[in-house]
Amino acid sequence: MISLLTYAVIILGIIAIVQLARVFELTGELKGRKEWEISEKDNSTQANLWLWFGIILFILFGWLVVEYGDSAQPNGSLHGVAYDNLLMVNFAIVVFVFLLVNAVLFYFAWKYKRDANRVPEYFTHSTKLEMIWTIVPSIVMAGIIIYGILFWYETIMTKPSEDAIAIELYSKQFDWTARYGGKDNQVGSANVRLIEGANFLGIDVEDPSSKDDIIIKGEFHIPVNKEISFQLRSQDVLHGAYMPNFRMQINTVPGQMTRFHFTPNKTTKQQREELDNPDFHYVLLCNKICGSAHYNMQMNIIVETEEEYNKWLGEQQDFMAQVPELFENNNEKLMAEKK
Amino acid sequence: MSTETQANAEHHAHEEHHHEETFITKYIFSQDHKMISKQFLLTGMFMAVIGMIMSTLFRMQLGWQGESFKVFSWLLGDRWAPDGVMDSNIYLALVTIHGTIMVFFLLTAGLSGTFANFLIPLQIGARDMASGFLNMLSYWFFFLSSCIMFGSIFIETGPASGGWTIYPPLSALPEAMPGSGLGMTLWLLSMTLFVVSSLLGGLNYVVTIINLRTKGMSMLRLPLSIWALFVTAILGVLSFPVLVSAVLLLMADRLLGTSFYLSDIFINGQVLDFHGGSPILYEHLFWFLGHPEVYIVLLPALGLSSEIIATNSRKPIFGYRAMVGSILAIGFLSFIVWGHHMFMTGMNPFLGAVFTFTTLLIAIPSAVKAFNYITTLWKGNIVYTPAMLFAVAMVSTFVTGGVTGIILADSALDIAIHDTLFVTAHFHVVMGLSSVMAMFGGVYHWFPKMYGRMMNTKLGYAHFWLTFVAAYGVFFPMHFTGIMGVPRRYYTNSEFPMFDAALPLDLIISMFAILGAFAQVIFFFNFFYSIFRGQKAIQNPWRANTLEWTTPVIPGHGNWPGELPVVHRWAYDYSKPGKPEDFVVQTVPLEDGEEDGGGH
Ligand code: HEM
Ligand SMILES: [Cu+2]
Ligand SMILES: [Cu+2]
Repeated sequence: MISLLTYAVIILGIIAIVQLARVFELTGELKGRKEWEISEKDNSTQANLWLWFGIILFILFGWLVVEYGDSAQPNGSLHGVAYDNLLMVNFAIVVFVFLLVNAVLFYFAWKYKRDANRVPEYFTHSTKLEMIWTIVPSIVMAGIIIYGILFWYETIMTKPSEDAIAIELYSKQFDWTARYGGKDNQVGSANVRLIEGANFLGIDVEDPSSKDDIIIKGEFHIPVNKEISFQLRSQDVLHGAYMPNFRMQINTVPGQMTRFHFTPNKTTKQQREELDNPDFHYVLLCNKICGSAHYNMQMNIIVETEEEYNKWLGEQQDFMAQVPELFENNNEKLMAEKK
Repeated sequence: MSTETQANAEHHAHEEHHHEETFITKYIFSQDHKMISKQFLLTGMFMAVIGMIMSTLFRMQLGWQGESFKVFSWLLGDRWAPDGVMDSNIYLALVTIHGTIMVFFLLTAGLSGTFANFLIPLQIGARDMASGFLNMLSYWFFFLSSCIMFGSIFIETGPASGGWTIYPPLSALPEAMPGSGLGMTLWLLSMTLFVVSSLLGGLNYVVTIINLRTKGMSMLRLPLSIWALFVTAILGVLSFPVLVSAVLLLMADRLLGTSFYLSDIFINGQVLDFHGGSPILYEHLFWFLGHPEVYIVLLPALGLSSEIIATNSRKPIFGYRAMVGSILAIGFLSFIVWGHHMFMTGMNPFLGAVFTFTTLLIAIPSAVKAFNYITTLWKGNIVYTPAMLFAVAMVSTFVTGGVTGIILADSALDIAIHDTLFVTAHFHVVMGLSSVMAMFGGVYHWFPKMYGRMMNTKLGYAHFWLTFVAAYGVFFPMHFTGIMGVPRRYYTNSEFPMFDAALPLDLIISMFAILGAFAQVIFFFNFFYSIFRGQKAIQNPWRANTLEWTTPVIPGHGNWPGELPVVHRWAYDYSKPGKPEDFVVQTVPLEDGEEDGGGH
């Protein structure tokens, strides 16, 4: 199909050029012709082309739907199920309107071509008709608005629960770092002004909750069916944290903290089995233009069972263990201040 | 109508009162609205060619990701395309300048500048714009702005590359990307001049429409093209100053070290000396212009199509008052929806719900417009001039692009498709294509009045079908790559195995993009050839009702020789029962007991 289309396009292009040349000649020949008088033949050719265009467009639309209709990334989050339903309902309405209105348009464009026997109706307005197409869209819109806002209210406007796992996603040109709250499940405070040497996230070492933070690069793990509460920071410019599988996205803003939360509902392994694709990965990618390598700012996410997750987490070193000297310095400083 | 000869005699008598015009005052520093209109058109077209070539180049990169092309080496040079492979920085630069040119230079200045200047005086029965001098200044500011934008392409660090929305801090920090250096400064300078041009033009349009309507031309007898251009100008005058403020504050952050948009930033191994600003402030300011801007692009398209569709259906436009009402409603609503571009900035979710509500309201007047166009076609006697083909195409793209807006307006759905190619597809279809279609339609339709000659119809047909097929071919499949989650502004999506399914579609899209670009050769040939060698036009080739067709074939300075026309009826008396012809020009007095059509 693809290569066929490729050839079709090339052939169309060639036909275009040949036509162009021919048409030039014709123009010369037909000097007698008046450009503002459209001949009956031309007019009905154009009208027929509308019909053909409509038919071909709808067939190609059908083909796209069959081939690519369900190509959204496989869902892996709890609210994603409701999200996909909402999207489907909206698409159903939208596709219906698209097909209906375009079909009527192409049909009229074909049907009402100039006809010497037809006297066009002097039809200037009809309050009834206009009311219909003000009120019907209003009702449909009201439905869409209410359904959408209810969903928004349930997913985004809610607060994460107290025991949700706290993780910070930190963005910079051009990679991501995850930081877990550790034993106290609290991510220590931080500011890019504190960045120095090994403390590349600008973590505030004086904040007691930062000692047990766990810093992860490369890929990060989360447990299935547990709520995860993310806070997001940026070091330099705007970035966008986008996890298509979890139906989640939020920008990261330098100088500000943004948040989102969700509950994964399928492990990576389950997903691989269901899709029959051993290479499947959940990914975090950047979706706000941020510079030359914006297109490749990614981090894999592993969703696993709680046991696997705890085991993995247990193997990670916490921040104080990774860079003890930061905390030593800090202790000395504190002592000095006390004296 | 007065006879031709009489008109000509009066014309000559009239001309003697004018001082001699030199080449310079006639063609360059002209204050005549018709000449200024053509200047806008030609400059806009030149910029559009640049924008189109850019899109072809970056579409080639997306269709054949990472491949080497000779054209890249020729056009981009070794610096930006080593061994003919496009560099990711220049990719972003091309996307940015393409977007900027298309939205502002082609579809704001090019579209409004051409048709507001051309049609307002001619269709309301005025000799010229309220201020010919400001009008001339408006063009020259635009010209200067275009020169700077065009020039910025050639500087060593490349033009602005942060996207046409140039969000800081990316656009504020030269260390963040090459395009944020001199290129960005030039972008900001160019856009500031652009806004000056836009304001001078817009004020002139508004004042002219309010004050200079000829006798009998009440507001509710104005053609819809004028209503649309009127509301467009008001939107521009109210929103462009906000863009200037956004741009000036950004300049200050860049050049004077202020912190309007910048706060805690660590880049290139050091903390920058900025405190307490917020990039979100910039987004609010930008989109306060940015959303009305899309209607500044779209409304003239709706207006021009209304004229073309009514004339060539040989039927009155259906629901004139509802059309005026929906233009006003869209204009008003466009000021309270800007937040729908910012659902993902971490803004208060309650506010998100409010913006979802206001945005979806716009669907209602838009639906009314679409249905009214379709009803106008119903039982008409459609004449397919090339202009009419483009106008009908505009209705199609307006609907196809409009419905996907319903999905994007829903803050909840935006979560997973924000900033994907679905967005790119949506706004190209609803705004880009609709407006480009209508602009082509407008050029074909008013060409005889502009140049006194006809464009070739057959070439017009060929141009139309190739363009329309390519347009759908490019942007229809793009919705599907968007649903897959492929982000926009990505130099390549082959770094992600999950986007492999998009690659065949990418290829199709790029093929159609190339086809579409080649199709424009036909248009340019037809346009320039016809200016000089096209068939000579007659006074009213499309048998239309509006006043511009009552001027001589080539209207002189002052438009009408002798008295200004007096208007007696609305613009849409096509196929009115009991009339000798299927059109009645606005200057024909009402008969005894005849009702004017526009009123209810
Ligand atoms: C010649 C036909 C055109 C083609 C093939 C084309 C293609 C594209 C593509 C593929 C992108 C997205 C690239 C990306 O995000 O990675 C883009 C961006 C854009 N285009 Fe077009 N386009 C065309 C015409 C237009 C027109 C007529 C407009 C007028 C509204 C327009 C306005 C824009 C804007 C505003 C952007 C966004 C730039 C940005 O992301 O900063 N384009 N174009
Ligand atoms: Cu990024
Ligand atoms: Cu908007």
